[in-house]
Amino acid sequence: MSVPHDTNQASANQPGQLGDRTIGELREIAARYPEPRSGLLPMLHLVQSVQGRITPEGIEACAAILDISAAEVSGVATFYTMYKRHGVGDYHVGVCTNTLCAVMGGDAIFARLKEHLDIGNDEVAAQRQGDSRTVSLEHIECNAACDYAPVVMVNWEFMDNQTPESAVQMVEALRAGHEVSSTRGPKLCTWREAERVLAGFPDGRVDEGPTAGPASLAGLEIAREQGWTAPGSPVDQAGETTESREG
Amino acid sequence: MADTLTPVLTDTWDAEQGWKLATYEARGGYAALDAAFAMSPDDVITAVKDSGLRGRGGAGFPTGMKWSFIPQDNPKPKYLVVNADESEPGTCKDIPLMMGNPHVLVEGVIVSSYAIRANKAFIYIRGEVVHVIRRVQAAVADAYAAGHLGKDIHGSGYDLDVVVHAGAGAYICGEETALLEGLEGRRGQPRLRPPFPAVAGLYASPTVINNVESIASVPAIVKNGAGWFASMGTEKSKGHGIFSLSGHVTKPGQYEAPLGITLRELLDLAGGVRKGHQLKFWTPGGSSTPLFTDAHLDVPLDFEGVAGAGSMLGTRALQIFDETVCVVRAVLRWSEFYKHESCGKCTPCREGTWWLVQALARLENGQGSEEDLDQLVDQCDNILGRAFCALGDGATSPVTSSIEYFRDEYLAHLSHGGCPFDPARSTAWAGQEVTA
Repeated sequence: MSVPHDTNQASANQPGQLGDRTIGELREIAARYPEPRSGLLPMLHLVQSVQGRITPEGIEACAAILDISAAEVSGVATFYTMYKRHGVGDYHVGVCTNTLCAVMGGDAIFARLKEHLDIGNDEVAAQRQGDSRTVSLEHIECNAACDYAPVVMVNWEFMDNQTPESAVQMVEALRAGHEVSSTRGPKLCTWREAERVLAGFPDGRVDEGPTAGPASLAGLEIAREQGWTAPGSPVDQAGETTESREG
Repeated sequence: MADTLTPVLTDTWDAEQGWKLATYEARGGYAALDAAFAMSPDDVITAVKDSGLRGRGGAGFPTGMKWSFIPQDNPKPKYLVVNADESEPGTCKDIPLMMGNPHVLVEGVIVSSYAIRANKAFIYIRGEVVHVIRRVQAAVADAYAAGHLGKDIHGSGYDLDVVVHAGAGAYICGEETALLEGLEGRRGQPRLRPPFPAVAGLYASPTVINNVESIASVPAIVKNGAGWFASMGTEKSKGHGIFSLSGHVTKPGQYEAPLGITLRELLDLAGGVRKGHQLKFWTPGGSSTPLFTDAHLDVPLDFEGVAGAGSMLGTRALQIFDETVCVVRAVLRWSEFYKHESCGKCTPCREGTWWLVQALARLENGQGSEEDLDQLVDQCDNILGRAFCALGDGATSPVTSSIEYFRDEYLAHLSHGGCPFDPARSTAWAGQEVTA
């Protein structure tokens, strides 16, 4: 099977035009692994970063590179919830409505955003005149930030301790094209840019944001106040040799 | 007697740029490599066995013993796979650990891979945490540049390559054989065991799969000794663990303490249940572990203590719910989660979780009858132990435990003709002016 290719780099970001650069990067991902098929999940992330969704062309390209059938690729693409068969907004907003976030206010946030954006679950809000960016909305499952409930994710960056009002303000800032930062992470990039990081191509934003958010430090701050440490803790031995280790 | 809190893995989280290699090395980071390379791989396994470290991902299997199951006479390559797919509802410890201190994980990967004689390791991180993935990608790249990864590490003759792999949204991939399927580029559905991954795991080769916190605990054990680790904790549950408090608590967050601490002690540290409210129910280790109530405040949070009281330590994900929360609503929502995340491979889970949602949704709306409670318990009996993997088992935990402790509340929905609770009272902003 031949691999679709396109030599026109200028059109590389158009749906239906994967481009030579992308085909090369898909091969590069597969080559990271002892068996190329292991690259399929990140390869599909790369397809989304280029084409904004999982396209038939992207499925065919992955199948050709991995020498498996398009049906096998499609079976994988439909299993994992981060892969989208339809387009999402420049900013994909996920509201956690698993139990803890839901009772802490996630249900109210999701209801308010649906009303405000006039859309249902997993839909893209209309781009109004004057909006420079688009927003889509989805309810998501636990995203491992329960100590910051209720949690909203934007392009899989943490927006901690949200309220219906703060969430509405946030989506309006995003639609207006204003700079918005994660509450304990970097300035938000677009959904496609985030998908490229997931494909294993770093974007240089690693040093933005703090080491940890405030809730993550709750116990450590008490330990510091009380002088509590692990016995003979590694910190006490910083800079020393490791001769004292026990057998 | 160890201190009440024992920061080890969390100890660098208040450092400026704690994720940087320089920060980590200034605090003695990567010293465990030379300590390990001075030992034979088998001696490293023995040290981890002697420490008493048990898996921090929920099951609590002894880590060193897991490593010793790798058949070293098998000519195939050996692999280490880190399970960083943290998705169990309530569990939120590995994500801040990888964000704030990714190098302790990388160092643990190197020592652990050396012990099992793997030259290739994978860190499988759930895809929905982009910044965490950035931090781990950078930590691995920086470790290569500093000679902590790659060929002939620290002149030891030992080679190791590490690949950071992003998942794509599937709770089931936290199950170790489903994770391997995902890592092989397939749908994340669990495999039949035996053969166990130690014998035939990734690419049918001997494979160790460990949780992030388990692997991150290894460097300090190698540096400070098995006895140091075992001096914390209880008789059969040794060492430090991160306890994650969330929900209706004054100061939610991460508290790293010796295993065996109680919720009463943790709540004292965290300022108690939110002001003006009382503890109603809580999960000791995520939503898949049977609920506890205020009768369980003094249960030692170690593997034996929690099991003895009828639940599981799990991932020490302590979700705290006060009296404003409807237990039926809570359990219905968890059941919807399990239904959504069931991979569809086995009938008891695929069909059973669907039926649990149907029955619970009716009850939450005040429909049905008391017999529905017996039917729910019966449905759970037909899932528990009959499902292909632990997802189905876990789905029954909130249902059966809530009926055990809160049967009257289910019945109140029937007599009230619907849910008697006002969901507005349970929100984080209830009773406050929202200033946003």
